[in-house]
Amino acid sequence: MYPLLAAAVLAGALVGRRAWLRAGLRGVTGMVVGALAGFVGPLAVMNPIRSCTFDDERGGVDRALGILLFAGGAALAVGLAVWIVNAVARPAGPRAARDITFERGSFRGHRFFPFGLLAPTLVILVLFLYRPMVETFRLSTHEVRTTAPRQPFVCLDKYTRLMEPTIEWWAIGPAALLAVVLVANVVLARRGAVAPSLRKIRDLLVVLVVVAWATAVFGARYRGVFTTTLVLTTGTVVLSLALGLAIATLVSQKIRGRGVYRTLLIWPYAISPPIAGILFYVMFDPLVGIIGNVWETLTPFEMPNYRTEKWLARFVVILASVWKTIGFSILFYVAGLQNVPTDTLEAAQIDGAGPLQRFRHIVIPALAPITFFLIISNVTYAFFEVFATTTYLTTGGPSGATTDVMFALVQAATEQGNFGDGAAQSVILFAMVLAVTGWQFRSTGRRVTYGR
Amino acid sequence: MGVEESIRRPSKHDELRTSPTPTTVESSPARWRGRSRGLRRPTWPTHLMLVVVVAVLVGPVLYAVLVSTQSNNDLFSFALLPGDRLDDNWDVVWNERQLGRFMLTSTVVSVIIAFGKVVTSLLAGLAFVYFRFPGKWVVFGFVLVTLLMPTEISILALFRQVSDLGWQEAGPWGLPPLGLTVPFFASATGAFLFRQHFANLPADLSEAAQIDGVTPFQFLFKILVPLSWNAIGALLVIQFIYGWNMYLWPLLLQPDDQLVQVGLGGLRNADQGQAYGPLMLGALLASIPPILVFLVLQKPFMRGMAIGRDK
Repeated sequence: MYPLLAAAVLAGALVGRRAWLRAGLRGVTGMVVGALAGFVGPLAVMNPIRSCTFDDERGGVDRALGILLFAGGAALAVGLAVWIVNAVARPAGPRAARDITFERGSFRGHRFFPFGLLAPTLVILVLFLYRPMVETFRLSTHEVRTTAPRQPFVCLDKYTRLMEPTIEWWAIGPAALLAVVLVANVVLARRGAVAPSLRKIRDLLVVLVVVAWATAVFGARYRGVFTTTLVLTTGTVVLSLALGLAIATLVSQKIRGRGVYRTLLIWPYAISPPIAGILFYVMFDPLVGIIGNVWETLTPFEMPNYRTEKWLARFVVILASVWKTIGFSILFYVAGLQNVPTDTLEAAQIDGAGPLQRFRHIVIPALAPITFFLIISNVTYAFFEVFATTTYLTTGGPSGATTDVMFALVQAATEQGNFGDGAAQSVILFAMVLAVTGWQFRSTGRRVTYGR
Repeated sequence: MGVEESIRRPSKHDELRTSPTPTTVESSPARWRGRSRGLRRPTWPTHLMLVVVVAVLVGPVLYAVLVSTQSNNDLFSFALLPGDRLDDNWDVVWNERQLGRFMLTSTVVSVIIAFGKVVTSLLAGLAFVYFRFPGKWVVFGFVLVTLLMPTEISILALFRQVSDLGWQEAGPWGLPPLGLTVPFFASATGAFLFRQHFANLPADLSEAAQIDGVTPFQFLFKILVPLSWNAIGALLVIQFIYGWNMYLWPLLLQPDDQLVQVGLGGLRNADQGQAYGPLMLGALLASIPPILVFLVLQKPFMRGMAIGRDK
């Protein structure tokens, strides 16, 4: 562990020096601060788990996970230091830009009053959100069972039990491709050529590689749960957004009664996920469901049974979620379409851009903030709420085909009474939320402006 | 909506006009699509497509209405006409499985959550916009970060914590179990909604109020709240539906008074085999309150979310 610590301190010092020099400050201070961050960060992460991953009797997966955590702690602390120095050094930092307090209009002479106003919110957040969050991390490193009073520390066993890294062609392939693209990018940049399409391919490949490698890390049992979550989430988000945008475009046309249409299109938002599950449960029922009946009347084929066919089960779950979430997507896209700059559209039309070109190059970019918001909210829905649909629709089956991360973690806690396992899976889900949010911020968030 | 519709009703002048006048309300893409060749395209294809879309979206509910009047035998013969078993199904849902009791609890819980969140968010918004205090940005960040931490992520730990408090038992003064409401009284979304909303009001308001010697609370209830009905309405809709749709939490907590989304589970596999009529009837009944709230508060909801600005 000590060589690692030395490396972290060294890296922190180098990064700190660079950041401080860039901000126009003394490099030596940066070196000291960076080194300190490189020292404190990893220890802050490793101490709560007693650095157990580096114990002699631990296996390779534990060790790799430990190194990853260690590096993560260092990166977080150093990154924080750099972020702070940038924010402070810049004359009009984020502080000034984001402060919307009225200069003249704020109430004076109430020193503790605002804290009193914030107290209800803060107390609830600390007690019922932050505290359980910390407790989740603690539970995930302990063997916690409903039946047993003792809660022994088990290091990262709860995580490593889910992991069984294997080398798969679908993990290596995209990575090799990414390497080629990266090299090509560098070569092209040296020659002064710009290849925007290559950059897009690179960004796409990065996502693909991250997803594939994350999948390859999990063991056979949990890999299915992970991929199910990916499939359900992607299906729900893509269909809900694409159909939502198409329908919103339709209902934004100047036609009579579009107010009525809007109300008729948006209401499924108020339906609950369990009820969406119940309705689709009966509609797709293999014996009495109307869908099978209509299918067999219209086509010569037999309707496959979604309670035995894996792909159909997933599809029906996606369908139910899209049905429930599409109202929300339509709602926000309709609002977004009203703010598409008309003059730009008309200018493009005069320049001879066809409807499709205008849609692709003006409307879709103008909708980026809405799309960003909708992706986040639909992903959140798919991660956390689809659970309620699947319990009524498929109960996680057939043979686990619709058991996603949320379903699995609730199962671990309620059916097996194993809260440690459940908590570890919660942390994995949390990491997935962070990854999606981070990726979204990187790809579209920069262009998004909030407020006015 | 009516005014706008009457102003923009298609007329012959529309086709004759050569240059777009910047003063008219022309924010919707319909303008540039409809005018692609200087002529208005017929609107019936749009109507047709929209009717189909609406039919597909309403379909599951219509089917549920149909099934809720039928017996299992009607269903097995794929009868597409209403059956005569609504009374029996109602009897199972309402008297035997006591869906009304669950719905009552859900209503009370959702209303308490919605109002609780609105009150805490209003107070937080007031503090964020109309006060200066040390460490404001730390506090702000502290609230902001919770947007990344949905309750579901730490739900197992929360469950242990709340059941240790004994909050799954019936609450004081005949209130529903505290565990169903209190943990959800804070809302980062709400705090930001009001913060944004207040920041868009003119600064003169609070300045004038201070000159008149108005206290912050008077300012909040006499001036800000009346100016914020739309935002409040929007938040009420979102949070009522949030409360009504809660499923995993009451399922884990198993409170003394159960909520409707879990209560519906009692209609599955009742007696021998699945009785579909009662199941669908229950699902329909349990959907009425949120849709009602949505329809009643639709206008403030749309306006509060800055949606439908052309209305």
